[in-house]
Amino acid sequence: MYQIINIMAQEIKNKPELSAEVSIEEKEAKREAMVLFLSNTEERESLFSKRNRKLLQDPLNDDNPITVQVLGICSALAITVQLEPAVVMTFAVVFVMAASNVLISLLRNMIPSRIRIIVQLVVVASLVALVDQVLKAYAYDVSRQLSVFIGLIITNCIVMGRLEAFALGNKPWRSFLDGIGNAAGYGLILIIVAFFRELLGAGKLFGYEILGHKGATLAESTGLYALGYEDNGLMLLSPMALIVVGLIIWVQRARNRKLIEA
Amino acid sequence: MDYINLFVRSIFIENMVFAYFLGMCSYLAVSKTVKTAVGLGAAVIFVLAMTVPINFLLDTYLLQPGALAWLGAEYATIDLSFLSFIMFIAVIAAMVQLVEMLVEKFAPALYGALGIFLPLIAVNCAILGGSLFMQQKAFGGIGEAVTYGFGSGIGFFLAILGIAAIREKITYSNIPGPLKGLGITFIITGLMALGFMSFMGIKI
Repeated sequence: MYQIINIMAQEIKNKPELSAEVSIEEKEAKREAMVLFLSNTEERESLFSKRNRKLLQDPLNDDNPITVQVLGICSALAITVQLEPAVVMTFAVVFVMAASNVLISLLRNMIPSRIRIIVQLVVVASLVALVDQVLKAYAYDVSRQLSVFIGLIITNCIVMGRLEAFALGNKPWRSFLDGIGNAAGYGLILIIVAFFRELLGAGKLFGYEILGHKGATLAESTGLYALGYEDNGLMLLSPMALIVVGLIIWVQRARNRKLIEA
Repeated sequence: MDYINLFVRSIFIENMVFAYFLGMCSYLAVSKTVKTAVGLGAAVIFVLAMTVPINFLLDTYLLQPGALAWLGAEYATIDLSFLSFIMFIAVIAAMVQLVEMLVEKFAPALYGALGIFLPLIAVNCAILGGSLFMQQKAFGGIGEAVTYGFGSGIGFFLAILGIAAIREKITYSNIPGPLKGLGITFIITGLMALGFMSFMGIKI
């Protein structure tokens, strides 16, 4: 979240400053260009080198967009009552982030820094409109369930945040990996939250009754319900999404103490 | 009477933050102190009250299926609703820029107070959410759109003011280390949302 504020602060001062990651990248690019004249045998970085794999793995744990960077919570929580919309949302965000990161990365030297927010918004909005149309055509029920939240991917801070912080200063392939990694980190939290909410709130996963069938009376019930188990209706209400995320953060930081805020 | 009903609903029952989790990013980022929270809240009220009616007009006279009928009978079959995301976000980005310039010109003191929060608003989900819910609810007239935009803004203002006040106090509490900062803020927000759910029973 601080990232976004910093970005905006830079915007005001009108300094097209680039992050540290970028300057290293640029230096390397320069060096590569110089080396190119001397020899053509310069080894190329492999597609899945250690540095590139880090881009994929970090967002899943140490640098998770939701629990550490605090990006993209807006649309994350309202759609986690059931697993199915959460999974669909994850795929939508993976597509939008990967595609928008690559596009902005390709355009990064052509975008004037003053109007880059609007350019980014237009790119993201077009991609989201595409996803929305596809969902309406092939998965209408889920699209109804997600209602406005597909549209809200546009202003999902995670998309804008990664575009600003990464895609504007890196090459397309690295931006692509960064997009996939961050969207997967976002989806991971989404799916964990949805798993607990659907299991504890309705006793189902993906709509299948995992804990047995609940009949009108105890005798008609099967599985856990026959023992007198009751669903926790509170889990279906929206406030519990926030509390579950709070608990996930607690568990994650207790295991990884360097993330604890002073 | 409808307007009062809609107004109260949009503030309390369909609160942007507590019922739909919209605007959470800035809600969490800018709620460290009450002073900044008031600045952001005021800016959000202003921008929501402007953009929702403008997008309502756009939607009614340009984007909806059959909205172009006023141009002539041959345009009545055109459906531009797939453009609504791009149009809405463009209006919001442009409005934020415009509001920023106007405030800077005519109220420099207010501009100083709002400062960084004005540009932040363009990427606030609550603003786009307001327009998308407006489209979904299919309001009958511009009066309802204005009421809804204004009410939603006040709802966001109340929410961010509340959490900022609690966070100022909570710095003195003894919280388990891993829960400090973000974790406890999430849980408090959840409890506040539970509190706001009690408004659901209200019938006006």
